[in-house]
Amino acid sequence: MEVKNIRIPNMKYEDFNDNEYLEEYVAELRKNGVNIFVGKISDFINWGRSNSVWPLTFATSCCGIECIMCVGAARADFARFGWEVTRNSPRQADVIFVCGTIVHKMAPVLKRLYEQMAEPRYVMAIGSCAISGGPFKSSYHVVQGVDEIIPVDVFIPGCPPRPDAVLYGMMQLARKIKVQNFFKLPQQPQIANSSNHDTTADGNS
Amino acid sequence: MILQPMETVEKELLSLGLTEVKREDNRLTVTLPADKLYGVARYLRYDRPEKFDYLIDIVGMDYGDALGAAYHISPSQTPSLVVTLVTRTGNREQPELFSVCDLWDSASVYEREVYDFFGVRFINHPDMRRIFLRTDWNGFPLRKDYNADPAINPVPPENELISDMERAPSITIKMGERIEEVHQVFDDDEYVINFGPQHPAMHGVLHLRVALNGEIIKKIDPVFGYIHRGIEKICESYTYPQILHLTDRLDYLSGTMNRHAVCLCCEKALELEVPERAHYIRTIFDELTRIASHLLGWGCMCMDMGSITAFVYGMRDREKIMDVFEETAGGRLMANYSVIGGVARDIHPNFQKRVKEFIPYMRKMLKEHHLLFSNNPIARGRMKDIGYLSREKAISLGATGPSGRASGWSNDIRKIAPYAAYAKANFDEVLRTEGLTYDRYIIRLDEIEQSLRIIEQLVDNIPEGAYAAKTKAIIRLPEGEFFQRVENARGQFGVHITSKGDKTPYRVKFRSPSLVLVGALKAIATEAKVADLIMIGASLDYVIPCIDR
Ligand code: SF4
Repeated sequence: MEVKNIRIPNMKYEDFNDNEYLEEYVAELRKNGVNIFVGKISDFINWGRSNSVWPLTFATSCCGIECIMCVGAARADFARFGWEVTRNSPRQADVIFVCGTIVHKMAPVLKRLYEQMAEPRYVMAIGSCAISGGPFKSSYHVVQGVDEIIPVDVFIPGCPPRPDAVLYGMMQLARKIKVQNFFKLPQQPQIANSSNHDTTADGNS
Repeated sequence: MILQPMETVEKELLSLGLTEVKREDNRLTVTLPADKLYGVARYLRYDRPEKFDYLIDIVGMDYGDALGAAYHISPSQTPSLVVTLVTRTGNREQPELFSVCDLWDSASVYEREVYDFFGVRFINHPDMRRIFLRTDWNGFPLRKDYNADPAINPVPPENELISDMERAPSITIKMGERIEEVHQVFDDDEYVINFGPQHPAMHGVLHLRVALNGEIIKKIDPVFGYIHRGIEKICESYTYPQILHLTDRLDYLSGTMNRHAVCLCCEKALELEVPERAHYIRTIFDELTRIASHLLGWGCMCMDMGSITAFVYGMRDREKIMDVFEETAGGRLMANYSVIGGVARDIHPNFQKRVKEFIPYMRKMLKEHHLLFSNNPIARGRMKDIGYLSREKAISLGATGPSGRASGWSNDIRKIAPYAAYAKANFDEVLRTEGLTYDRYIIRLDEIEQSLRIIEQLVDNIPEGAYAAKTKAIIRLPEGEFFQRVENARGQFGVHITSKGDKTPYRVKFRSPSLVLVGALKAIATEAKVADLIMIGASLDYVIPCIDR
């Protein structure tokens, strides 16, 4: 079943992985029906949102070079997707790319950055370090995956992932944004991996 | 008969009453009791004609029954000579050694590191705080009896309090009297601002606390550890081929060279004959990595001055190198290419062609970079006349690499102790004398040209033959201590391996060139304008994960 309204230019629906996740997510969202008028406005807003996602410039280590710098530079160029307005303040950012290892000393900092972002906010865990601790999993000072601290929307494996993989991840996030109900944003369904989505975090703390 | 430098030093040390003086591969290892260390170090530092003015590294050690440290020192006049002073203390409860931080500026961070990892406190060190871990961390992780139970040190929910971070304990012994005190790094009436850990121009997660008077910087207190991954401890449980993968991820912009260092160290220990072909390939890879790293450093430095275009240009040229890497090694940033005994696989048939295409391209682009940026009056205005680092200070701080060479200190390991195929190539060590930000900027672009020269001479002459030597399935290093330095894009990268003959090392220590560069930042930027702080930092081009390891 193809979910409507999430067309990504130049990439076919079937070519994406994890379509089941999205379908399940949409089914959950539309369980009680959606007002057609509200639904249309929401779709329109989401079209705009998903094409102008502003990332926070945040990187702790190696993945930052491949995944922020290369993706931002000439060849991969995430400006094509409208993601190029990188923000230096979390208060203006929509998405945080967690690039690189998160260690014990950094964990509270990351959490605070996340909390400083305004809703709706998204998290992409880039690289095996952010996903699970990666090559440093056995270390005494490394957090075993950022989803222990903050909820994650998209995981991009690799050490480091290729810039193309990051672009793919960005498209996946854009698809997720497109199907959400803008008017009920903080209460998104909780399925599978997003089970610890923290809806109570105070956006201005 | 004229004595060689090493024999002279050996004689002198013996005449000081030291008995355990051993000669190992170009290195003199002296084992001495803890109470003699300071005296001998002082003698070597000041009282002989050829002063040992460069402290390469301090390696903390846990010997099981004792804790200790090994000091690698070297004279800047005869840089190939290295003396290692080894000392130990049997007291594991309250281990103490005498500090040498008044002899070498770089000792102050190294000693803090030894304290952080092993709990050895240094007497007369003014600031015995932990360097990487939080003050509330329990235990000393690199000790052999460290309890790594995550319940003891869970992921902290809150940031450390600034007031805790700034309590600096110290022990001093003055005229036989022992004084233990705690003082605050900043006074209450100082105006302190934070740079980082999340700051767009900090090139990573470094945290600088800066005290200002108007716009003049009065004091800088760098806080490290936001990306401390505990690599040295992990290495102790990994086999040697596994360790290689971690070295790429230390200073990821010089990954290939760091890996080369560990390979060389292991090959030296195993007395393994590496095929010529592998040497050539490794050298070309190292130089390509150096170019990529300098391009990125250059781009970021320009971006910090507000020129996004330069950054995009730098990254564009870097992509060409990434393509070459990808074709041969399979990885882009992390080539994962050198292995013990050679390289992982043979070069791609296109390799030479691509590299040869790249050389004229890069030369043309270099001209353009100079035209667009180096000669731009605004850029020059921001780089000329700021950030002076003298030669003596650079040596005392251990600021190697382009940053030291910009001050006139010749410290290129490729020249001092040529490894791989460097002896076969004809190239210059670029030296400048003024030691300003502009010199540190321009020296990187000049080094790109030299790297191109090296590649040009080697790429057509890669000898035929095997690309790797045969090694045993399980690699065990013989018992002993091995030390190897290479020149990475930031300076001297060193590996110290202590082996007990097992398939895993007993202790691994990496000498990070970046760690001391932050010390240099502290020295240069004090009394500078706060607006120049970022420029000075960018000109030193440190990589934070290499600092924290
Ligand atoms: S996943 Fe790999 S490349 Fe990325 S930060 Fe971790 S070690 Fe570095």
